[in-house]
Amino acid sequence: MSAILPPSERLWWKQPIDKVEWAWIAIAFVWGMIMFGMMIYWHIYGKQNLSNEAYKTTPEMFAAKAEKFVAENTIRIEKGLNGEDIPVAKVPAGGAGYLIARLWAWYPILELEKGQTYRIHLSSLDYNHGFSLQPVNINIQVIPGYEHVVKMTPTKEGTYAIVCNEYCGIGHHSMLGRIYVK
Amino acid sequence: MATTYRTCPVSGLQFEDQAEKLMRWNAVAGVLWLLVGGITALLVILTRWPAIKLLPADQFYLILTAHGIDMLILWILFFEMAVLYFASSTLLRCRLATPKIAWLGFWLMVVGGIMTNIAIFQGESSVMFTSYVPMQAAWHFYLGIILVAVGALLGTAVFFGTLVVAKRDRTYQGSLPLVTFGALTAAIIATFTILAGAGILIPTFFWSIGLIKEIDAQLYRMVWWGLGHSSQQINVAAHVSVWYLTAAVIFGAKPLSEKVSRFAFLLYILFLQLASAHHLLSDPGMSAEWKVLNTSYFMYFAVMASMIHGFTVPGAIEAAQRRKGYTNGLFEWLRKAPWGNPVFSGMFISLVSFGFLGGISGVVLGTEQINMLMHNTFYVPGHFHTTVVTGTTLAFMAITYLLVPVLFRREMILPKLCQIQPYLFGISMSVLGLVMMGAGTLGVSRRHWDMAFSGAPFQYEWPGAAYLMMGLTGIFGVIAVIGGGLWILLVVGSLLFGKKLDGGKVSDKPTPIPVATQAASAVAHGSDHVPVPGTVVLALLLFVSFVLYYFVNWKYLSEVWLLS
Repeated sequence: MSAILPPSERLWWKQPIDKVEWAWIAIAFVWGMIMFGMMIYWHIYGKQNLSNEAYKTTPEMFAAKAEKFVAENTIRIEKGLNGEDIPVAKVPAGGAGYLIARLWAWYPILELEKGQTYRIHLSSLDYNHGFSLQPVNINIQVIPGYEHVVKMTPTKEGTYAIVCNEYCGIGHHSMLGRIYVK
Repeated sequence: MATTYRTCPVSGLQFEDQAEKLMRWNAVAGVLWLLVGGITALLVILTRWPAIKLLPADQFYLILTAHGIDMLILWILFFEMAVLYFASSTLLRCRLATPKIAWLGFWLMVVGGIMTNIAIFQGESSVMFTSYVPMQAAWHFYLGIILVAVGALLGTAVFFGTLVVAKRDRTYQGSLPLVTFGALTAAIIATFTILAGAGILIPTFFWSIGLIKEIDAQLYRMVWWGLGHSSQQINVAAHVSVWYLTAAVIFGAKPLSEKVSRFAFLLYILFLQLASAHHLLSDPGMSAEWKVLNTSYFMYFAVMASMIHGFTVPGAIEAAQRRKGYTNGLFEWLRKAPWGNPVFSGMFISLVSFGFLGGISGVVLGTEQINMLMHNTFYVPGHFHTTVVTGTTLAFMAITYLLVPVLFRREMILPKLCQIQPYLFGISMSVLGLVMMGAGTLGVSRRHWDMAFSGAPFQYEWPGAAYLMMGLTGIFGVIAVIGGGLWILLVVGSLLFGKKLDGGKVSDKPTPIPVATQAASAVAHGSDHVPVPGTVVLALLLFVSFVLYYFVNWKYLSEVWLLS
């Protein structure tokens, strides 16, 4: 008789399904297929897809590659608010840039050009971190031991912040990085 | 084993002595954890409210870890154990299988919960609910969760055993009631979930005591979310069962179609677990193909299941009301529903909030590419406060207004306050979820102590609207805590001071569920096809909101930097 009693029809699976219910099931099914298709469509025609290119690495290996990149591409040194020296590395147009996430900083500052496509290598030297580009609002997980190569094309000039949005300990809130787009 | 059976004079429900005690203890333990979780909720809210910023950073992260564990694991799991025993022993009117093992499970969960909380409050385990490696907590943080999981697994086994006992003792004829079937779904998902949890937390425990050198950070995330997200799917199956239960108890509602509702539960069993992927969409280690297939619960079949329940639950209520003669217009059945009965109002707010807010936001958040707009932002807790809180917790709160008189044999105190509590809590929590999602859409991070980034080498100013959203989060968060606190007060107050009610007749033998007679079944069949136009309108409203919001987010995505 009700949902807390055994079905009153012993052969409940032989009961017909009402038309309205069928219609709703059909709507739900078709909508599910559309949403499923949308993700595939966007992979083919969309312009915002997260890269699948990733490599196993170690903190030492990644730090060495990033330091080499910084040494070769630094165009100036900026002073942080706490008096620290932070190199600004200009990523060669169409080339590769490295961004280290570590407790509690993004290193170095990257300088990009609008409309150019870059291969940005992301990894963490310690815990999980979160690459959260603001105010664009692109968010990517950064995991130690994995080097993620993300192809990015900035569409607007400006000064952007990289907020860490994966909890990484007591100094998490002070982990702020910067990207310039000229 | 000698036991007794009590038939409740109010509801006609039959409680076996051991099962009744277990339900009471589990429910009370759940409420106590909700109290701890609620206090920590207030501290979290008052710290994230930019104008107040109550706690220093270290205490904030400690309290936030406790809030996650105590709410998401302890409050809900204890209450779900009570739901499982209710759906098996009480609804099938049989004795509980191996009550001693059920008690062992209960005490393991109690000891484990306390152990993990001790680890957190000692201050060395502020690793958040997710405890991503290589950030390390104290060993007893992991061990406590493992004990809770083992205890819950034992409870689940007792549930399965009880189904066997009922079948063997022929306490019912035919198939399981739908609510029990839904609870069975929850229990099957729970088994998978707990095994996934064991698969990652046991190695992590060994790592914390130095027996294992390293755990891969990506592997941890993948397996851990087999616990973390799937456990929320236990909640979905459990609270959908509670919706059907409420509809049955309040309205005598019969499922529109047993076949459709059961099929939808079956889809949960088959596909809900894939949701582990929802948390890995912006990770480096998984391919796009893997992400697309898994995040869609294999082509959205589990979403389809939820949409079906979202239709059949109000549909069953509408059909029952129309049979009673509330047939005017589209919505007389809804207008004339018992809105002053907190069991119903809580359940209905839970249904609407879960569908419109939690469900839609969850699917959008779980879309592979759109996830990049929201991953780890405040949108994520906004989403799950409208699934696991307004969905599960509110449904459990609502059913408690029924359980206090029936199970605890106490009348609820302060009925006027009981009437407003579901509205106060449900509406404020829904608004809280919305403004949290608003802040997340603007980029605000979750699990973040300071929007002003004090001590950072640079400055970044969030848009003013983000501060507004966080201020509203503070205000509605405090109201929601008051609403939740009121529920605890009413329930605990009723257990202690409520008027004692007659327990009803006690017997040595269970009274089996009467077999539906041929005539009764014919009558039921005759009234089967009641049209439900009001539900159709509500469902279409949900669908239109869903489609619009979904495509708005693709539009947002198309405006950010190009990524490939």
